[in-house]
Amino acid sequence: MSDGGGGWRRLHPLSPVVRAGRGTIALFVVLAPALLGGRSFTDSYVQFAVVGVVFLLGFVSWLVTRWRIDGDDLRIETGLLKRQSLRYPLAQVQAIDIVRPGLARIVKVAELRLRMGGATGGTARLAYLNEREAEPLRDRLLALAHGGGDALDVTPDAGPGGTPAGDETVLASVPTGRLAASILVSDVGLAAEAVLTALIVTAFLAPAAAGGILGGGVAEVIAVGTLVWRRFNQEYRLTVAAADDGLRLHSGLVALNHETIRPGRVQAVRLVEPLLWRRLGWCRLEVDLAGHQKRKGEGEATRGQLRALLPVGRRADARALLEHVLPNAPRADRRPPRRVRAKSPLRYRFLAWGMSEQAVVTVSGRLRRVTVWVPLEKVQSFRLVEGPVQRRLRLASIHVDVAGRALHGSLRDRDRGEADRALGALVDRARAARRAQR
Amino acid sequence: MPAADIAWLTPSPRLLTMRRLEAGVVAIVVAAALFAALAGTSLLAAAIAGAAALAAGAAAEVFVTRRVRAWGYAEREDDLFVRRGVLYARLSVIPYGRMQFIDVTAGPVERAFGLATVRMHTAAAASDARIPGLAAEEAARVRDRLAELGEAQAAGL
Repeated sequence: MSDGGGGWRRLHPLSPVVRAGRGTIALFVVLAPALLGGRSFTDSYVQFAVVGVVFLLGFVSWLVTRWRIDGDDLRIETGLLKRQSLRYPLAQVQAIDIVRPGLARIVKVAELRLRMGGATGGTARLAYLNEREAEPLRDRLLALAHGGGDALDVTPDAGPGGTPAGDETVLASVPTGRLAASILVSDVGLAAEAVLTALIVTAFLAPAAAGGILGGGVAEVIAVGTLVWRRFNQEYRLTVAAADDGLRLHSGLVALNHETIRPGRVQAVRLVEPLLWRRLGWCRLEVDLAGHQKRKGEGEATRGQLRALLPVGRRADARALLEHVLPNAPRADRRPPRRVRAKSPLRYRFLAWGMSEQAVVTVSGRLRRVTVWVPLEKVQSFRLVEGPVQRRLRLASIHVDVAGRALHGSLRDRDRGEADRALGALVDRARAARRAQR
Repeated sequence: MPAADIAWLTPSPRLLTMRRLEAGVVAIVVAAALFAALAGTSLLAAAIAGAAALAAGAAAEVFVTRRVRAWGYAEREDDLFVRRGVLYARLSVIPYGRMQFIDVTAGPVERAFGLATVRMHTAAAASDARIPGLAAEEAARVRDRLAELGEAQAAGL
């Protein structure tokens, strides 16, 4: 606890300003009239008092926050009144992200975010660090996370090397034009277009009414606009690269994200082909990582635990990436019996599954085709479910549960006998896969 | 999964008594309340409503009985099987190594019957496995055994 180790360090002094983010900008707007004159300071003393308190609180929170690497743990101490001492075991780190919101880029700081595993695993946030400091520290933490032996090899390399961009091989990246087009024909994009078209049409037909609608629907317009913008901002120039310490993801237009996904931390992979995208031969590849991610603050990298490896791309590109994440992934070639058409007319076209010694793959979806691969050693549990309609048709479904709540694989509507045999085979193979892991 | 060669264990017979009693008490209370509320206006309507509530209670008795009988669990070498459900028949397979923690809970009514519910948690939100209505000592035995097996076979995420 004492400072004897000398390892305790503070965050960047500008952290509170950046963390306040948009709030800071809003403050300037509020203060602008006072600062630009016209009114005397005494008129706006309330605003100044508020600003003063906010800055003081920010400064105090910076003052009482410190961190250090303590053996195999990252320790963060924070809080003035309610003192917190947080300990994050590095062995449980699932991935480390470097996040740089727009404001942080201006003052050259970056946030380091360690995503921890486990159902209760939280996120360790070091916000903010000096930009130059962030990447070496990330590499060092990752090296420590890999275990003591590796740490000795990797730390000297990564330390002086600084930017380890040299040892990356780029696997895939997304052209901006295609990303923009894909968002235009996605669910969010279509909603935005519908709103926009409706507004324009009413503006022509009844200009007076359009003004009213615009006034009333500002919140909705902004909400949809934000969604579209967030998508675009997050996935702008997303690049996947292979490095020694795992897959590296770089993306972002205003806010830059750099993430590292450690090998063997992928719980499941999902390939989504929405209705309109299929016409264009596009698909989206996402991976599910263990650990929680709260949506908070600017420049949040993801929704839930899913990471887009390929926001939009051709099937062949997705296949190639899949090969990297999950080598020798099985193909879904086992079709359901014909009588399923009566029960699930929309799904029937897609339903299929397959398995290899290492993984199971399932295909489902009504309008969009969703393919889920789950490595068998990551499976948390299997469930065989037989509903009333299924019983009449002699069908059953098997669900393959994956850590977290983002994804799960389902072998829907299989013949009852096949489901029984499949469950037996899956349970046996999952056991063998877990043994091989250990 | 060939169901024939699995030795299923079932919850304590007291669970059936408890659930039937619960359903019966609810039906009688509802019937009495309906009767009391309607008796002022029309005695016939009150009698019909009360009888309907009791009939619904009788149907619930049958359903509850089938549901309790559907519960079963089997400890296998590497995983725990739990089956449940009548309308939706489910069979969960949970490897011991995947169990993160195991709860034993007993509500006031369960305690009065000397029963407890064992609940297994994995890292997946979807795998909800529990065994209700175990006798208290059996619940403790199951918990200790699962914890022991889980520790021996623990697998990382």
